[in-house]
Amino acid sequence: MKVTVELSGGLELLFDKKKTHTLEFADKDEIPLRDLILYMRDNLLKERAELFVVDNTVRPGILVLINDADWELYDGIEYIVKNGDTIIFISTLHGG
Amino acid sequence: MDNTTPTTTTNVENSTPIKKKSGGKLCELCNVARPVLKRPKTGQMICKECFYTVFEDEIHHTIVSNNLFKRGDRVAIGASGGKDSTVLAEVMTLLNKKYDYGLDLFLLSIDEGITGYRDDSLETVKRNQQQYQIPLKILSYKELYNWTMDEIVKEIGLKGNCTFCGVFRRQALDRGAVILKANKIVTGHNADDIAETVLMNLLRGDIPRLQRCVNIVTGSEGALPRSKPFKYTYQKEIVMYAYFKKLDYFSTECIYAPNAYRGHARDFLKDLEAIRPSVIIDIIHSAENFHFREENKMPVQRNCIQCGYICSNDVCMACDLLKNLNSGLAKVKLSINLKRKDKDNNNNNNSNNNNTTLSNQLVIEQK
Repeated sequence: MKVTVELSGGLELLFDKKKTHTLEFADKDEIPLRDLILYMRDNLLKERAELFVVDNTVRPGILVLINDADWELYDGIEYIVKNGDTIIFISTLHGG
Repeated sequence: MDNTTPTTTTNVENSTPIKKKSGGKLCELCNVARPVLKRPKTGQMICKECFYTVFEDEIHHTIVSNNLFKRGDRVAIGASGGKDSTVLAEVMTLLNKKYDYGLDLFLLSIDEGITGYRDDSLETVKRNQQQYQIPLKILSYKELYNWTMDEIVKEIGLKGNCTFCGVFRRQALDRGAVILKANKIVTGHNADDIAETVLMNLLRGDIPRLQRCVNIVTGSEGALPRSKPFKYTYQKEIVMYAYFKKLDYFSTECIYAPNAYRGHARDFLKDLEAIRPSVIIDIIHSAENFHFREENKMPVQRNCIQCGYICSNDVCMACDLLKNLNSGLAKVKLSINLKRKDKDNNNNNNSNNNNTTLSNQLVIEQK
């Protein structure tokens, strides 16, 4: 399966300043969002993991969109990510 | 919710948040389109078009019900290039047209002189100027105070630097607005910022600031009135609005700003919000209904004897800070004199010294 993740609002700075990442999981056809986030923390994130993940979910104040819609419409962290999904993470924690 | 200053034009405040999956569900307002957002304030699931409508209408409602503007006002939008002020510029431009407010809008940016931070974000503001076709004024600390923040940090290090920046920025916005001949200033402070500030003032026991930090308009006592059209607008919705509308904003934390205390208040608030999203508006509502004893009256405002800026002591904070910075050097003359009141009028206030510490002075406008 293939998943696209996008990072913005300053979060990309933790991920090598790269905003878009494409992930492939050859052995899977779905993955719980929680596992995807922990995978990102362990494999993509370059610094300050505590600014991305707290208590095995995204840090409060980071907005998550699943296929361009608020993750709160889709069970939040319990969502099961499917092939072709795009998951977007936007930090709201930076000054305005 | 709030009776005196309603925060929404839709009639849903008392409905309990609905906890269903949205799979196949339709927007709760139009019943046509796919929902894209669950509103933190109401729990409603709404589509993109309905979101734009309620978001803009609520801000319009805040503006109208609080009489923030009059036809013919010249309004300077404090523009940092960040999410809040970018959305503010977009929404002010849009509402001014849609509801024919009759305002002259300006973008006003303060260049603190922070390499790699403000210079980049100012590029965003310049693009906003093109996009919204409203005049932009950039005013730098260097031209006002003869110091950039880079130079200040080199001089004093990373302790207390945010104090300088906060004091200087507040004054710089007023001075920039005077240059633009604006009579009002709007800033992008949102509901989350204000709730944070309430918490911080509460935790510090700073009663005067606790009293005024929820005011939607401040500064009308002498300086230019400053208002916060986003007082009831959630950060989440501002960021979602910017995302869906593909607004061009800049998001990098200031390289000099640890601002640890606010950071803790913010984390605490975000943790609470995850459990109970209405907490942000609830804190604001609580603070609006505090009653304070008479003896906690705010310090009387007067004008700085050096630069004329509105303040509560003989010398304003900026002049005081500059004196320290320049110790031994020639005194920097501020280029713009704000409306200077007759000094004699204020002599009777001289006994009213406030001994608030520097760091306490800053809680209101920083974020």
